[in-house]
Amino acid sequence: MKPAPFDYLRAETLDEALDALAEYGDDAKIMAGGQSLMPMLNIRLVKPAVVVDISRLKDLDYAKTDNGQLDVGATRTQGDLAGDPSLADTVPLMALGLKHVGHFQTRNRGTICGSLCHSDPSSEVPLCLATLGGQVTLRSKKRERIIDAADFQVDMLTTDCRSDEIAIAAHFPTAANGHGYAFTEIARRHGDFAMVAVAAIASGEMIRLGVGGVAAKPTVREWPVLDGQDLEDALNEFAWDLGGADDIHATARYSREMVRALGAQVIKEALDARSV
Amino acid sequence: MPVLSKERRHPVIFTLNGEEVEGFAEPRMLLVDFLRHQLGATGTHVGCEHGICGACTIRIDGKAQRACLTLAVQADGRSIETIEGMAAADGTLSPLQQAFHENFALQCGFCTPGILMSMEEFLETNPDPSETEVREALSGNICRCTGYAEIINAVLQTAKQLREGAE
Ligand SMILES: Cc1cc2nc3c(=O)[nH]c(=O)nc-3n(C[C@H](O)[C@H](O)[C@H](O)COP(=O)(O)OP(=O)(O)OC[C@H]3O[C@@H](n4cnc5c(N)ncnc54)[C@H](O)[C@@H]3O)c2cc1C
Ligand code: FES
Ligand code: FES
Repeated sequence: MKPAPFDYLRAETLDEALDALAEYGDDAKIMAGGQSLMPMLNIRLVKPAVVVDISRLKDLDYAKTDNGQLDVGATRTQGDLAGDPSLADTVPLMALGLKHVGHFQTRNRGTICGSLCHSDPSSEVPLCLATLGGQVTLRSKKRERIIDAADFQVDMLTTDCRSDEIAIAAHFPTAANGHGYAFTEIARRHGDFAMVAVAAIASGEMIRLGVGGVAAKPTVREWPVLDGQDLEDALNEFAWDLGGADDIHATARYSREMVRALGAQVIKEALDARSV
Repeated sequence: MPVLSKERRHPVIFTLNGEEVEGFAEPRMLLVDFLRHQLGATGTHVGCEHGICGACTIRIDGKAQRACLTLAVQADGRSIETIEGMAAADGTLSPLQQAFHENFALQCGFCTPGILMSMEEFLETNPDPSETEVREALSGNICRCTGYAEIINAVLQTAKQLREGAE
């Protein structure tokens, strides 16, 4: 299908985009990489009156490490971030997770912040941000606020980003000494959205597991280092608490089994990957 | 920049396979439709219109992208390459095209332009890919005919030829 008619603004500056949002409010939609918005326009799932294209904002096309975090601007693509060889050292979890996001052609356009704002429950980037305990900076014409990942992701395809706001940057905590990171997922085909995705962080004192694709948003749980039956019990309890439902791709029972199996796998990998 | 009204068609100018082209598009017009219907460049195919099948893949400023997930007005000022520009002016096939021909890597040909545009960028960035890497890179293009084995052979053969040629 083809999109319903809309007016189009190619923003040359961030202020121009923020002014447009202040003026049109709910009638406007931001377009970053368009890799989720364009399909939604084409099938007329969304019919905005105005599309505000921010993809040419060069000032927001950056990724830099500062103060123990990697700051990624709104127009930095998934492909450009994944293509940076230092990512495996600065934020190893993202280096692992980004490999699973779509295909290289969609990563050539899709942005990190766009993935966070789209907030698909199966998406890898929101899962990594939530597991790492990162943040998002939101700006409107009137104010700027920084919000924790846990508060930013509200529900399926829903975030705390208001209609006059743009997520101008995402902040990923960089690798901590003595910590290990691991990521895996199961999908029908390579590059498809995950049925279950798991991200783990481990240190000498704690293990933390994030799960995507089961609940309406990425869900994170932390334990002291457990093993054997204690770990199995903890994973089983977590799998049931996620409350997955049967869907076309997987039954709830299958999802629970995957949370237990893949959870145990990434926790072990994260423990083994701990830096010294 | 002023807001482009949905009521009107707006001029769009870009470089297509090295030549400047111009046309008019409503904001909602997809780049793939602009290429096919405004410019008559029908080598780029349209399958799913939501980014899954890869038939519409073209290169914008060198990067392989979905022309069905791009608005025509977004192409303004860009450099765009499509399948029409792949063979030499005298019709000599590119090494990748020649390898597809020799390896029976196409049957109906619907998926082929998108796969060639994708694999061209892939081989530029990965001159020495493993078979697994080729399979992964092909995951963004669906072929209903070949079963992929011949396509993988063609891509691996091209990579080898280009490496040997470069030595
Ligand atoms: C074939 C295919 C396979 C895919 N597979 C995966 C996958 O496996 N995993 C995965 O996670 N994703 C996948 N995707 C989606 C892809 O990752 C998208 O790029 C991403 O979800 C959205 O980023 P974008 O920059 O393209 O945003 P857009 O599509 O431009 O925008 C998405 C939404 O976020 C809003 N938005 C975007 N940027 C901002 C901002 N800075 N501030 C406020 N609002 C904003 C838009 O208004 C829109 O509602 C796939 C897409 C395709 C086409
Ligand atoms: S038509 Fe563009 S990906 Fe299918
Ligand atoms: S050759 Fe027919 S779809 Fe690929």
